Amino acid sequence: MYDYPDKNGHFGPYGGIYVAETLMGALDELNQAYEKYRHDPDFIAELNYDLKHYVGRPSPIYYARHLSDHLGGAQIYLKREDLNHTGAHKVNNTIGQALLARRMGKKRVIAETGAGQHGVATATVAARYGMECVVYMGAEDVQRQSPNVFRMKLLGATVVPVNSGSKTLKDALNEAMRDWVTNIENTFYIIGTVAGPHPYPMMVRDFNAIVSKEAVVQMPELAGRQPDAVIACVGGGSNAMGVFYHYIDMPGVKLIGVEAGGHGIASGSHAAPLTTNSPVGVLHGNKTYLMQDADGQIIETHSISAGLDYPGVGPEHAWLKDSGRAEYVAIDDDEALRAFHDLCHFEGIIPALESSHALAHAIKIAPTMGKDKVLLVNLSGRGDKDINTVAKLAGITL
Amino acid sequence: MSRIQTVFENLKQRKRKALIPFFTAGDPDPALTVPLMHALVEAGADVIELGVPFSDPMADGPTIQRASERALKHHVGLHHVLDMVAEFRRSNAATPVVLMGYGNPIEAMGWETFARRCAEVGVDGALTVDFPPEESHEAFAHLTEHGIDPIFLLAPTSTDARVERVAKQARGYVYYVSLKGVTGAGHLDLAAIEQKIPQLRKHIDLPIGVGFGIRDAETALAVAKLCDGVVVGSRIVQEIENSTEQNVVANVGKLVKELRQAVDKA
Repeated sequence: MYDYPDKNGHFGPYGGIYVAETLMGALDELNQAYEKYRHDPDFIAELNYDLKHYVGRPSPIYYARHLSDHLGGAQIYLKREDLNHTGAHKVNNTIGQALLARRMGKKRVIAETGAGQHGVATATVAARYGMECVVYMGAEDVQRQSPNVFRMKLLGATVVPVNSGSKTLKDALNEAMRDWVTNIENTFYIIGTVAGPHPYPMMVRDFNAIVSKEAVVQMPELAGRQPDAVIACVGGGSNAMGVFYHYIDMPGVKLIGVEAGGHGIASGSHAAPLTTNSPVGVLHGNKTYLMQDADGQIIETHSISAGLDYPGVGPEHAWLKDSGRAEYVAIDDDEALRAFHDLCHFEGIIPALESSHALAHAIKIAPTMGKDKVLLVNLSGRGDKDINTVAKLAGITL
Repeated sequence: MSRIQTVFENLKQRKRKALIPFFTAGDPDPALTVPLMHALVEAGADVIELGVPFSDPMADGPTIQRASERALKHHVGLHHVLDMVAEFRRSNAATPVVLMGYGNPIEAMGWETFARRCAEVGVDGALTVDFPPEESHEAFAHLTEHGIDPIFLLAPTSTDARVERVAKQARGYVYYVSLKGVTGAGHLDLAAIEQKIPQLRKHIDLPIGVGFGIRDAETALAVAKLCDGVVVGSRIVQEIENSTEQNVVANVGKLVKELRQAVDKA
């Protein structure tokens, strides 16, 4: 039985708690609270109620028949996390953490966001549970994801643009950590991905694992069996851990994580630390594969999708790679964009640019497989937020 | 006896408190780092904490973040910083130098190599902000093997159990972070420090330095009365930021001299 992390948050050599002493007290407190409530029937009942009635779970699995027929190979199924309230898988986790925050008596929540999906999901639950909400977002991401910035503001959150460093997700995370250490008594930091110091990688995975918990029941109902491979995009890796988790102990099911190939791996301008075997290092509270230079400075990454534009990756993915249980590949900006248009065209679904990476890999391998093979793609978010980016690339002003 | 021990022993005999200034290596220019170190010593610094620039200084406020950014514009990495210490040691054999920064540049170099290089160039201690005792055991074993003191942070939120744990691994001195927040924050709570220090002393035999929030002679004196050493970082970095390359060495010297006079009244 797969049983990671250990009690100190290690996935093999990865993960852990690499933070300043000033945060250790808060992490101890969080650890104790999570251990107390994760198996508590009242907590679980409240979480499940909101997942059903507020988020709309279970999310369906959809058979992408036209796309599959067009490709002429493996059958492609989509786990429709894009149909969740707020339009992505992120809300599975923010509801869980917000309910935990409430039990811990924290009245203020903060979050970092890249594409804005996690920020929106946090602002949403903060409104739902009557909490103050501050979201840190790289100044560059504020520009390219303006619809989500407005959504957060509509929901009552304060959005703080972060101008330090590369002005993207990693810098937003730094700034959120700084806020947390300053306001530790009344503030709960809702981390949006399976990274950060223990217990975050485990906790965020657990809250997102509902995705594969549903899928292992739904796939036999719809496709008559479990998939040959489960495919998900990986930035920090929360949607991938969610859809992988209950498949880890099923050796017949391949797990494929798709990183952002940006302008192409050869260009060096990408966000694919696992695919490129980047050196192992320490950032944002955990040890993992990390895009860095020879001096150990974190380097700037690039992806068409803000949600994948991150130099590290959740430590559990690092471990799944090393242990051989999952494989990791990269899809570049152009391939992702083509998959985006393909899904619009063949299935009438506008996918998030993040999810388009997973889709693009399925589109790439499906024709090489028999028609009796089955691929499950986690459609982690919807693409409404990306229409400005896509229009701009096509030279269209909205 | 190590250089750090010697300094604190001497101060104790003279009933004085240590003044420990911090600045980031390579800020504002790599050529000024060694002259700044000498200026600090001349102005009365007992120990120098030399910051190693890092791209993602999570525990630092805007002032020290900008210092890192300025240094990184000159591509100052860990091996440059070690070279700077080697140069400093050519004309100073007595003043302890502690490297302060984040773990990743050391991870990239390798802890064994780092510890050996530290010993070669004359670094006395290393403080890695994001390596708490939970994660630092193996890494810091390399340091102690080469006679480099691992310097640990303690915070207002550190429980007795944590203080005890740090006491077991710490060497040199312990750095007490006097407030909740990042470096450069403004609100110093002297009463809280006064209350916390005895709790630390129950477990810790090493000298205790206090930092974060010390901005001028007045606060330096007040803090010096409560502990064994005063760490001043953001205020010095701010002085560097507000100076020109021509007057930065003189300005920083003047500031540290004022702090020295204040600390000596404690």
